[in-house]
Amino acid sequence: MSSLSATIQDVFNEPGCGKNANKSEAERKKGCTKQLQPGGAAGGCAFDGAKIALQPLTDVAHLVHGPIACEGNSWDNRGAKSSGSNIWRTGFTTDINETDVVFGGEKRLYKAIKQIIEKYDPPAVFVYQTCVPAMIGDDIDAVCKAARTKFGKPVIPINSPGFVGPKNLGNKLAGEALLEHVIGTEEPDYTTPYDLNIIGEYNLAGELWQVKPLLDELGIRVLSCISGDGKYREVAYSHRARASMMVCSKAMINVARKMEERYGIPYFEGSFYGITDSSESLREIARLLIERGAPAELMDRTEAVIAREEAQAWAAIAHLRPRLEGKKVLLITGGVKSWSVLSALQEAGLELVGTSVKKSTKEDKERIKELMGQDAHMIEDMTPREMYKMLKDARADIMLSGGRSQFVALKAAMPWLDINQERHHAYMGYIGMVKLLEEIDKALYNPIWEQVRKPAPWDDPASNWQSLAMAQMDAEAAALAADPVRAEEVRRSAKICNCKSVALGVIEDAINAGGLTTVEEVRTSTGASGGCGACSAKVEDILARCAVPAASVLAAAE
Amino acid sequence: MASVTTGRKACAVNPLKMSQPIGGALAFMGLRGAMPLLHGSQGCTSFGLVLFVRHFKEAIPLQTTAMSEVATVLGGLENVEQAILNIHSRTKPELIGICSTGVTETKGDDVEGYLRLIRQKHPHLAQFPMVYVSTPDFKDAFQDGWGKTVARMVETLVETPEEGAPKDPKRVNVLPGCHLTPGDLDEIRTITEDFGLVPSFLPDLAGSLDGHIPDEFTPTTIGGIGVDEVASMGGASWTIALGEQMRPAAEAMQQKAGVPYRLFQRLCGLAPNDDFIMFLSTVSGKPVPAKYRRQRGQLVDAMLDGHFHIGGRKLAIGAEPDLLFDVSSMLHEMGAQVAAAVTTTQSPVLSEVQTEEVLIGDLEDLETLASEKGCDLLITHSHGRQAAERLNIPFHRMGLPMFDRLGAGHLLSVGYRGARDLIFNISNLIILDHEQNHEPTPMTWSGGAHDPGASTKTPSTH
Repeated sequence: MSSLSATIQDVFNEPGCGKNANKSEAERKKGCTKQLQPGGAAGGCAFDGAKIALQPLTDVAHLVHGPIACEGNSWDNRGAKSSGSNIWRTGFTTDINETDVVFGGEKRLYKAIKQIIEKYDPPAVFVYQTCVPAMIGDDIDAVCKAARTKFGKPVIPINSPGFVGPKNLGNKLAGEALLEHVIGTEEPDYTTPYDLNIIGEYNLAGELWQVKPLLDELGIRVLSCISGDGKYREVAYSHRARASMMVCSKAMINVARKMEERYGIPYFEGSFYGITDSSESLREIARLLIERGAPAELMDRTEAVIAREEAQAWAAIAHLRPRLEGKKVLLITGGVKSWSVLSALQEAGLELVGTSVKKSTKEDKERIKELMGQDAHMIEDMTPREMYKMLKDARADIMLSGGRSQFVALKAAMPWLDINQERHHAYMGYIGMVKLLEEIDKALYNPIWEQVRKPAPWDDPASNWQSLAMAQMDAEAAALAADPVRAEEVRRSAKICNCKSVALGVIEDAINAGGLTTVEEVRTSTGASGGCGACSAKVEDILARCAVPAASVLAAAE
Repeated sequence: MASVTTGRKACAVNPLKMSQPIGGALAFMGLRGAMPLLHGSQGCTSFGLVLFVRHFKEAIPLQTTAMSEVATVLGGLENVEQAILNIHSRTKPELIGICSTGVTETKGDDVEGYLRLIRQKHPHLAQFPMVYVSTPDFKDAFQDGWGKTVARMVETLVETPEEGAPKDPKRVNVLPGCHLTPGDLDEIRTITEDFGLVPSFLPDLAGSLDGHIPDEFTPTTIGGIGVDEVASMGGASWTIALGEQMRPAAEAMQQKAGVPYRLFQRLCGLAPNDDFIMFLSTVSGKPVPAKYRRQRGQLVDAMLDGHFHIGGRKLAIGAEPDLLFDVSSMLHEMGAQVAAAVTTTQSPVLSEVQTEEVLIGDLEDLETLASEKGCDLLITHSHGRQAAERLNIPFHRMGLPMFDRLGAGHLLSVGYRGARDLIFNISNLIILDHEQNHEPTPMTWSGGAHDPGASTKTPSTH
């Protein structure tokens, strides 16, 4: 495990990450991921993250070394699409049993690799480590190495057992595995000045294909997409690309950054969600390729394509815009995509009433603020009840979110649209943006809403469940408003630091009593931010608020 | 009758099996105000959560003790304690149900011991209903987790009636296996109530995961049987156990509360429903209502109409033991041949399956067997979709998960009516397949077995 913890430390040290650069040495060591709270956590584990990042590689056999839960409960559940092989959709797992736990699972793993190679003959096997074999000390690196020697085929260990952290750490560990074992191990048949890598794009619902025709038209070759509709060999020779586009915010920044460092491939962070972003990304691709030696006329051709596509898209949106203008959207998403979807919606005249920033990095949050203005109503850890109230108060006309939170919206009889990985529609590029708006339009104006909101004829409208739930929440709010002492208690009891269990009031008292001015001082005094450090930003905010006269603090906190 | 063999492959390919802890978690979801908690890393919960959300298309309550690497090695007392305190204060559940996972079982966490310590340390939790079940991922399968959990519920939640306390002749306990849908449970409820009986379902997924709009927004389950009602189940005159997996729970009920039980291994098909209806008539002392006399006639008619299509079919079925036994027996009785049968875990019922061999294996095994034996009807959960496409035979989805079709929670197979509908659905699938792929052409019988549509066929699926 020592090399795994070294890798994790390395990932935590990511210099390409703006947030990381602003941290102290001690904070960096603790890592960039929130300490998980028992009984209050949601979201996947590091193994899940690694598999999400790599599974879209279509011709690879993805073998999960662990008990049945890790693969059996989750296989073939991704909406990525393949233009070729379907072996990535085959579930392979060692399904280790009690005997393996006692005597070790390495032999079974080796035999499993052999079985896969003999029957399916994939260009490579990726072996995913999980918690149980990690605990009993199965050395998957050694097994993979032995198998590789024996069978003469790449067998790649992906060391990302679930318990080392959350999904987003797993994304990065997957990237590390590619950097260590795959990238740079093969050579392309030929290269062109137009060779591009796309990093962190998974081709969900086939959305990459909404953009690829434009790249094809410009003569830009996607040398390798990591990992959507990707092939093993393409990743192996991706080090010959002239430039990289990093798509999914921070998920694979380590891959983009290290490829720049090792192979001199410049990268930019871009998005194909929304019209402006798509155009910006195309320009940036052209600019980087020209910088690396492609003829300058590429930019002219790019501008021509952009102009044509934008005109087409705007024309398509023009008739939707009057129907969508001013409609309010509540956006709840797993973070990484928040900011790129935001700008897309604003282009159609939709208003955003909030966005969840649960998994967003601080930089993402800044970007959301920038896009939505200073009064951005960002919702951290919104409870279902609050989401429901928000929808019910008609402060939102539609909710866009991942599959898990959809039922709150639907049960509240509110239009809802899936924008996460389980979705069935592709929303990328110019076509995708129009598609997204068409879907929002379809959802908003569907005649069912009026029907499903109508109470049953025998129901007293005042005592149906909706009214009761609202009344209950209003009563709670009213009780607090009428009782300032209690309200203040509730406000002060809000937990700021989950690791050390420190409430807002404790921190405020410490700041006021001790005249504290820095996060370090607060940490020494109260313990807050002494765990994972994720709440340092919140502590900073409190410090800033406490610096102003006490009277306005109360008002500001509400 | 059937011999049971276990696959010898080192690598399971296209798993049929799902893990024990989420079977246990699903059982807890049939209790009102419950919060199931998996003691493991957060992925254990997250995968289960996504699976159930996609199957039921409902919000699913499921929490995690979020074990980190360090916590796993040092032991999870603190995480279990934190999780319980957090859930208790935040979501105000009526019960917390805890299942262990592979990672915490490998370490060997003594969760029963933890719970004692936690109750001592936090007096407000001293009497709070908490049920713990040991369900390591690396043993057994989904239905075992369900069965063990229900047995533990009975052991910990049902109160032993006072000596000599009379049983309520109207009350019956129903212990349904996890192969039954919320729709099945509602059908059984209606049937029992039509005999004037008052059934208590443990667990009652029909109350919580039937897709109703809740009266109140809670992060816990939105319905199901209450802890108070479970406690009083000892006062019932009979326990009806549905599926062999429920035998341990039924025996626990008998032991704890002296309630006799009758186990029905199947509720799909004519004979099993005749037994069930006659049992209800006997224990209730009421004649069979006219409604069921009519429904029986409808089922008999459906069998007559359906046997033209189902008769002679070679069935390939992949399902957990109780579902496998139930559905394959019904189709066998309709004249189908159970040619390939693959299941997930051991069960006494497997030897009674009407086939030569039942294999404990995966969907790759099922696909291979189906191909070798020339099967022309496939029944398994949604993960069979890839195999169905390659085999190009009619595919009827049954079991959990069913994530690529709607209405998984309302599929009916129990009672005369359920069997009738299932026969119609499967027959229609076969008819559609015939229309799309097997209409005769002038070439069909001309010297040779080549099927003109073979390369252009579209698989018919439900």
